Amino acid sequence: MSEIIKTENLQYAYPVEEGQLAVPVLKGVNLSIKRGEFVAVLGHNGSGKSTLAGCFNAIRLPTGGVCYVDMMDTRDENNTYEIRKTVSMVFQNPDNQLVATVVEEDVAFALENMGVPPAEIRKRVDDALKAVGMYEYRAQAPHRLSGGQKQRVAIAGVIAMMPRCVVLDEPTAMLDPQGRREVMAVVRELNRKYGITVILITHHMDEAVQAGRVVVMHQGNVLMDGTPREIFTQVDTLRAASLTVPQTIEVLYDLDRQDGETLPIDALSVDECADILEKYLQ
Amino acid sequence: MLKDITIGQFFPGDTAVHRLDPRVKIVLTIAFIVLLFLAEGPISYVLIVAFLAIIIGISRISPKLVVRGLKPILFIVAFTALLNLFYTPGDYIWQWGFLHISKQGIRLAVFMVIRLMLLIIATSMLTYTTSPIQLTDGLERLLSPLKKLHAPVHELSMMMSIALRFIPTLIEETEKIISAQKARGADFESGSLVQRAKAMIPILVPLFISAFRRADELATAMECRLYRGDVGRTRMKQLKIERVDICAILICAVLFAAVLVLRQFGL
Repeated sequence: MSEIIKTENLQYAYPVEEGQLAVPVLKGVNLSIKRGEFVAVLGHNGSGKSTLAGCFNAIRLPTGGVCYVDMMDTRDENNTYEIRKTVSMVFQNPDNQLVATVVEEDVAFALENMGVPPAEIRKRVDDALKAVGMYEYRAQAPHRLSGGQKQRVAIAGVIAMMPRCVVLDEPTAMLDPQGRREVMAVVRELNRKYGITVILITHHMDEAVQAGRVVVMHQGNVLMDGTPREIFTQVDTLRAASLTVPQTIEVLYDLDRQDGETLPIDALSVDECADILEKYLQ
Repeated sequence: MLKDITIGQFFPGDTAVHRLDPRVKIVLTIAFIVLLFLAEGPISYVLIVAFLAIIIGISRISPKLVVRGLKPILFIVAFTALLNLFYTPGDYIWQWGFLHISKQGIRLAVFMVIRLMLLIIATSMLTYTTSPIQLTDGLERLLSPLKKLHAPVHELSMMMSIALRFIPTLIEETEKIISAQKARGADFESGSLVQRAKAMIPILVPLFISAFRRADELATAMECRLYRGDVGRTRMKQLKIERVDICAILICAVLFAAVLVLRQFGL
């Protein structure tokens, strides 16, 4: 049992008023995520990716099918507390998830709720803040920080909880490029250094490329599931789901089509892309 | 304009005043206010002013800032002074129609002005040197006996600290909305009072909608971070009465006693 999250025919429809038809957002998702994986969930607006994330943490309970977190059924209310201890979440808007008026107090918030002894809270908070590079800001007020810094504080709050899995719901959507880079560096570290399973919900292709596995959601279903290389070379399928492809692949793909030549188009990094172009030009 | 709001303004520092236990600070501030109204003679006030000046000195809060904190209440102070000046019965030294000034009136007016100003300075020193979270924490502890009566003490202090946390965020948001409405040609500065009040509606509606959305998201985030109210909660920062606190209590007790003694002699 190496799966941390497993869904079976998972369905979800938002509650509606009487007389209206419920619009299904998730239409039978089967997905299993192993411990230690770094999974990016891609999808266009309204593809159900954020709803799916909510199911992993028992914020949303399935209206059909089952979602297991570490073998616990999310529908059982007795499991909710343990599930949220296992899977923690980082949301899109950093302003709306920071509770306290001081950075370190905010990182301590979850630990205080868990009833961890004060001395241990202190240690875990300091370690978590150091891990995201925000230790010098521990006594600051959150509203004085930049977006990227706030989001790193939110991630520190999650690290301090020591969960086995972290779900990040578009953590970089409201950030500038600098903030995005900072946050992504921390997210990669979560997975590599701490061995935490990371599920990154995003619509940025260049972020998805950094994951070990990419799941593409389209209209409430899993459209594709594989390594970044497998997924991003299927340019036509991605475009049909109104998703773009990483720029490196886009360049090669368009060039390939124009020339009718058979170029390798699986360049995920700029360097790879440059190498292929160099060979092509020669 | 909105940047001038100083509610809960806190100036971080690492002085003895900052380090005092918030519970001690709250109680001593209340005691100090009581003391202000017990003091009756000039010598008492000299003592009290000197005491407050020493505290401001220790806390390294700039005196300018302290004076600036008085600005919003100047009107109330002036009003109180005038009322006391003209309406206190006693030995009249000047009379005109229903207005009269008495010796006692002058004395009372002067003392009232001093009292009110000292009161504001003392309370603002409390918020200047205590972080909002410590303040709410201190209040929660002080009021915790009320939990036995099922008073929602923890919830109230949580509400207070979240409110303080969101003041700057909402100020920023309001400024954004004002700019956005101005860019669309909204006019907030001219017109009658009613017209100007009406012009506020396009600011308030989006602000409220966004505040509700924020509240909803924050609630979800708090649930994800295992918040269950007061159940089984610990705190990172434990409040502990240290030697500084005991010193502060003793000094204040001496001051209190001195003023009470002076009061007997009308000084």
